[in-house]
Amino acid sequence: MKRLRLIIEREFIAKVRNKSFIVMTFLSPLLMIGMGALVFFLMKKNDEKVKKIVYVDESGKFSKDVFVDSKTVKYQDFTALGIEDSKKKVEEGDYYGALYIPKQDSLEVLAKSIEFFSKDSPSMSIMESLEDKIDKVLRHEKLTSFGIDIAHIEESKIASEIKMLNFSGEKSSKLINGLKIGVGAIAGYLLMMFVMIYGTSVMRSVIEEKTSRIIEVIVSSVKPFQLMLGKIIGNASAGLLQFFIWGILFLVFSLVASSFFGVDMMEMQSAKVSPEQMEAIQQTATNKGEMIVQEIFRLPLVKMFFLFIFYFLGGYMLYSSLFAAVGAAVDNETDTQQFMMPIMLPLILAVYVGFATVINDPHGPVSVIFSYIPFTSPIVMLMRIPFGVAWWEIAISMLLLILTFIVIVWVAAKIYRVGILMYGKKATYKDLWKWIRYNG
Amino acid sequence: MSMNNLLEINNVVKRYGDYTALNNVSMHIPKGSVFGLLGPNGAGKTSLIRIINQITMPDAGEIILDGEKLAPNHIEHIGYLPEERGLYKSMKVGEQALYLAQLKGLSKSEAKKRLKYWFDKFDIGAWWNKKIEELSKGMAQKVQFIVTVLHQPKLLIFDEPFSGFDPINAQLIAKEILQLRDEGATIIFSTHRMESVEEMCDYIALINKSNKILDGKLEDIKKEFRTNTFQVGLATSNSKEVEQKLKENFEVLPADFKLLNEGLKLNVKLTNGSSPNDLLSYLTNQGQVQHFVELVPSANDIFIQAIHKNS
Repeated sequence: MKRLRLIIEREFIAKVRNKSFIVMTFLSPLLMIGMGALVFFLMKKNDEKVKKIVYVDESGKFSKDVFVDSKTVKYQDFTALGIEDSKKKVEEGDYYGALYIPKQDSLEVLAKSIEFFSKDSPSMSIMESLEDKIDKVLRHEKLTSFGIDIAHIEESKIASEIKMLNFSGEKSSKLINGLKIGVGAIAGYLLMMFVMIYGTSVMRSVIEEKTSRIIEVIVSSVKPFQLMLGKIIGNASAGLLQFFIWGILFLVFSLVASSFFGVDMMEMQSAKVSPEQMEAIQQTATNKGEMIVQEIFRLPLVKMFFLFIFYFLGGYMLYSSLFAAVGAAVDNETDTQQFMMPIMLPLILAVYVGFATVINDPHGPVSVIFSYIPFTSPIVMLMRIPFGVAWWEIAISMLLLILTFIVIVWVAAKIYRVGILMYGKKATYKDLWKWIRYNG
Repeated sequence: MSMNNLLEINNVVKRYGDYTALNNVSMHIPKGSVFGLLGPNGAGKTSLIRIINQITMPDAGEIILDGEKLAPNHIEHIGYLPEERGLYKSMKVGEQALYLAQLKGLSKSEAKKRLKYWFDKFDIGAWWNKKIEELSKGMAQKVQFIVTVLHQPKLLIFDEPFSGFDPINAQLIAKEILQLRDEGATIIFSTHRMESVEEMCDYIALINKSNKILDGKLEDIKKEFRTNTFQVGLATSNSKEVEQKLKENFEVLPADFKLLNEGLKLNVKLTNGSSPNDLLSYLTNQGQVQHFVELVPSANDIFIQAIHKNS
């Protein structure tokens, strides 16, 4: 045990002292924030630029109050100029584009014959908002032609909201479903990143010991299995430290950011939504904030926390012992390719399954099966857990993960033990099979 | 068998799949000796050394260390300098030495004390905070040697200890190894450099193609391989006649040595139970004897002969 502790300590210190670790830990959050700020800045810049759109309405159906200026779009009526001259003017001047509404008898034909001329292809959001405006006018005209009072239609607009409950009386809502998806997705994604970064770091550390030839000195003092375990735990500790630092940095930055940009963000939002929506949001804003907090506390947080720890460690240990075996089987990093594929595949598959099926149908057969399979279960089950998973399902999944872990560690240790003492030879899968069967 | 042996290797078998790396190998290594483990490449030396270090386990046979069956707690009593050796490149010399010493069971404070002794002895105290990658190969080898012997093991195993050293440092290390023996350590010494075998070894064992083909005290083996041949140098005026007469009583071979004086040079092998005195008295009658030495087989000769005989 004393030796295992020594190894863990050394691996941890070697990793943490590494320049790339320090750079990764402190620079990557800065990079992320920097990129976020850049995107934010560009978006703002983009929106600040007022787009001038001219329209030529030959149908006469569109009054001035249809094309109302917004913060980012200004409309100008060029009907008097005619379409040809308008197009010329738009092409030469600083205009975004020209909307041409021809004269047609039938509303259906008119709906299909409206054209928009622009220098560059127009943004989707602008086209959508134009289509919305046109749809509304045409729909009203059609309804009026049926003798229906528009005022009644407006009055009759009712938005329903179905309250979702399960049989234990737990309330749920679309909001909380979104939250569950978010929490699960973040957990699953984090686990994948962790396994990829720190699994390969275990592998690299094994290769380094082989190439520097210190391995034989070490294994004359400790059992190879101890060394492998120490490496896995040492690297994981460094990783957890990194995550911890990132967590703190994230908190600090978000506090700072919200105090600095809080007002700006509200402005951003209001620019994007229509006045009616804005009103609704403002009404519910305070309620919503409270609701989110309430909903978060209604999630099975304690259970989630412990299961998160279990699957996180389980998944990492399972994969990193495979990575250690790969490191032992090769002499340098370029040779790892052939063995990496089969390890990466289930990992990537798990994330795909997670994002493709768990989000839509957390308790469907695909989700359930992949949350049992030990190589995908850590990620898929983590994503399912916020939606509530029966205890026996979790038990099966955990049991399978533990059993597989024991088998895999045993196999990996065998490959590791033989592989670390093999120099100058690129192992094949056949070699690995032979090594597993060696005794002693 | 005897309490005078530090290590007894009894009927050890090691197989890798279909390949047998060690075939029923036995040898006894006396306490306080330097034991040369010799053999061509791929003979099975490294397999045997790894078994003694418990890096791998034998398929059959047993190993007794100082009267006890070899067990994991014995690693503290063994120091191993492998042929394929190295240190963590980006780790500092001092930290690394402390780490490796602690893995061998030393406490941190004890390791520090002993490291200071050795670093002073080799005059390398200034390297303590250097990284291994900043040292030359010879410098790193010195650190590695210290790390191997630091925990004062009963059994030291050196696999090609002189590779990577210049002659001066090789001499320094050889002196240290012999001193460790004089202080009571038992040393297994594996090498291809036969001149260092002559210089260092009290006992040898020869492994060829997974089998031990020879072992014992170096002196005894030399006696066993002696050919009763003498190098003879004689100042005489009638060389032809003397040589002719010698051939009647002894086996005469061409000389393979050099002398400072001119004269007859021959290798003469005693035959039919004749003694060295017979040869010498015959020679003194023929002229001035300038050179008379028994041709002692070198470790190199023994090595080559034994391997040839075996294959």
